[in-house]
Amino acid sequence: MSFLLVQALSGLATAATLFLVSSGLTIVFGVTRIVNFAHGSFYMVGAYAGWSLIERFGGTPAGFWGSVAAAALAMGVLGAAMEVGLLRRLYRSPELFQLLGTFGIVLVVQDLTAWAWGPEDLLGRRAPGLKGSIDILDQPFPLYDLVLIGLGPLVLGLLWLLFNRTRWGTLVRAATQDREMTSALGVDPARLFTGVLFLGCALAGLGGALQVPRESVTLQMDMAIVVEAFVVVVVGGMGSLTGAFLASLLIGQLQAFGILVFPQITLVLVFLFMAVVLVLRPHGLLGRAEEVPPTATAAVTVPLSAGRHAGPWALALLALLAAAPLVAGDYALILLTEVVILALFAASLHLLIGLGGLVSFGHAAWFGLGAYGSALLVKHLGAPMPLALAGAPVLAGLGALVAGWFCVRRSGLYFAMLTLAFAQIVWSIAFQWYAVTGGDNGILGVWPPGWAAGKATYYWLTLGLCGGTLWLLRRVAFAPFGYALRAGRDSGLRAESVGIDVRRFQWMAFVLAGTAAGLAGGLYAFAKGSVFPTLLAVPQSVDALVMVLMGGIQTVAGPLAGAVAFHLLESEVMSLTDWWRLVLGLIIVALVLIFPKGIVGFLSGFRRRA
Amino acid sequence: MSDPLLTVDGLQAWYGRAHILDGIALTIGRGEVVALMGRNGAGKTTTLKAIMGLVERRAATLRFDGRDLSALPAHRIARLGVGYVPEDRRIFADLTVEENLEVGRQPPRPGAPAWTPEKLFALFPNLAEMRGRRGTRMSGGEQQMLTLARTLMGNPSLLLLDEPSEGLAPLIVKQMAEAVRRLKAEGLSVLLSEQSLSFASSVADRACVIETGRLRWTGTMAELLADDGVRAAYLSV
Repeated sequence: MSFLLVQALSGLATAATLFLVSSGLTIVFGVTRIVNFAHGSFYMVGAYAGWSLIERFGGTPAGFWGSVAAAALAMGVLGAAMEVGLLRRLYRSPELFQLLGTFGIVLVVQDLTAWAWGPEDLLGRRAPGLKGSIDILDQPFPLYDLVLIGLGPLVLGLLWLLFNRTRWGTLVRAATQDREMTSALGVDPARLFTGVLFLGCALAGLGGALQVPRESVTLQMDMAIVVEAFVVVVVGGMGSLTGAFLASLLIGQLQAFGILVFPQITLVLVFLFMAVVLVLRPHGLLGRAEEVPPTATAAVTVPLSAGRHAGPWALALLALLAAAPLVAGDYALILLTEVVILALFAASLHLLIGLGGLVSFGHAAWFGLGAYGSALLVKHLGAPMPLALAGAPVLAGLGALVAGWFCVRRSGLYFAMLTLAFAQIVWSIAFQWYAVTGGDNGILGVWPPGWAAGKATYYWLTLGLCGGTLWLLRRVAFAPFGYALRAGRDSGLRAESVGIDVRRFQWMAFVLAGTAAGLAGGLYAFAKGSVFPTLLAVPQSVDALVMVLMGGIQTVAGPLAGAVAFHLLESEVMSLTDWWRLVLGLIIVALVLIFPKGIVGFLSGFRRRA
Repeated sequence: MSDPLLTVDGLQAWYGRAHILDGIALTIGRGEVVALMGRNGAGKTTTLKAIMGLVERRAATLRFDGRDLSALPAHRIARLGVGYVPEDRRIFADLTVEENLEVGRQPPRPGAPAWTPEKLFALFPNLAEMRGRRGTRMSGGEQQMLTLARTLMGNPSLLLLDEPSEGLAPLIVKQMAEAVRRLKAEGLSVLLSEQSLSFASSVADRACVIETGRLRWTGTMAELLADDGVRAAYLSV
């Protein structure tokens, strides 16, 4: 009994941190409609800054709490700077650009943090005056955690006062509902939003700095917390503070007790909880239905065109690629093989984004499932390569069938969050189910058999399979299925009213895209000879998005060009530097700011003007 | 009439690639009420929004009280003393009546009537009874009154009033007309867009008639009432 109580209390302490971070995220989202991927970075840097300050001044209670406050304020200032430098330019952009742009910041911050504080985990000192524990029903419980438990409701109360009892709060709530009308009443929305980012990021920094006495400060904190905060915000209802509080409490308890019952799948549990909540209450626990955000369709400014002479060009390109082994060496062939695989991966994502208007933030799930499918078949059943390759799209397709049923129920940002959640589920299975997947160590020794071991042979095999699938995807885009999908994208209501079951088509597209990505994943496993959980992780999903974005959303050839550009950049430029995250992050931010239509869209716009 | 309060000349506006307004020109004198008239889709709402800086792209000579508005964002225009009342009301439904008024509050301005919530509650007695009520629980007429009151809290010297009578019960329309006359008496200038000739003629001094984004006719309200040809060509449905 007393053990359960202490477990519940430690769940509350977790919930307090979770609430601090997610309250910031939900406030920022509520006002700016931007899901700030970099929110976790402010938490992480807040922890690092807090660690440094506490090491120096944290000997006394005043020094400790002053350090925590200073770290939080510093993160607020950085958040305000990010609003002015980046977010301000993205308010009218599609969600894809907002998510990608802020993810670019995540990458930049990761490298800068490693540069400033080094790669080792840091252990901070305990809070002075709160080092001990008290006995609760004969079980010791840390005093510091007790303070944290009290801090959650305190912050909720202060935020409530701020938003309901001050002019600033009233203006923010007004701008949340109708930004344009607020500005027509003489309120400068830009200044308001800078203030909101200050507040939101300061809360993240506060959460981070408060972690210093509890756990070590690491470079992995950012992604871990931001994904959890996403779940809290989505479960609570996006933009709802009380919802975030409630969801934090529930998820804190779920984690505290989940670890007792299912220690292997605590992460899965959290995401399953989110999926269930979203199916039962589509807008979250305390969220409200809102009109489709105007940004949802803003990506579509140029209609998809088949392009003249596309067929002959494609054949010529295929012939050229097929002839490559005659001149290219092994290294170039390996590179080309990967490019072809990534092209299929990107094109499968483009099917969802370009045709369906569905921005998936977890497309790596299907790529990785395909890769793991092949690898598991080889490792555990000794399957020959053709069977293992056939298994890849099947497993990925089945996964997409299940996840897709949930995901297509929602659109826009909720869709992106749901796909992210499913990718995290698959990732945590690969990461935590050690006996089967090898966890962090991955699965090694997935090589093609003798007949396909030659680089040229495997390249031709890849080219044939990917080329065929790409041709199929292109056919789909210009078949009635593709038209129906695009109709659903441009106007769901009108499409429904002429008898198109939009959700069903989106589900089918989801499965198709997952299957194609799975094939790419299977081919990738054999090309690399191994699979790791990173194939399923968020950065892999973002890579695919960057490829699509680089190529341009409204061209079928775009993802192919994007894959080539991205992979060459990755293997030829970024491998030269240890700071590849920094470089990639800056590239992403620049792309988002400069080429809202991608490379191919930019070029064709240029041609049209000339 | 010396030195008009607002001068609009050669006003062009676009939504995306669609060219909505083409060369609208009008002036509003101090203390004058001007009705912008035309059928549905003629460009009345867009004209008001373009003056307010709420369209994506516009080009014009826009002078207000000696200041050039053409490059200013909406909030700066509002702070110069231009009050905008949208046709679709757009009250902040999650905020109470008093909070809605608070959002509109700006410092008093020389040369324009200074409003307080109490003065506005005297002008719109209905609102006084529901200060703490949220916008979601108000009738259309009450919402329209609140929208107007909210804008007045900014102490404007010029009011852009978009379709004030649209969708309101006859009794409320009468109250609305009365309110506009009271505002004029307080010294406010008003540009209102209107489809109803009877409402416009009950409050306005002059009229500008537009169709398909172009100015077609301008003159006094009395001249418009006397000119069957103009009314038949541009106003009757």
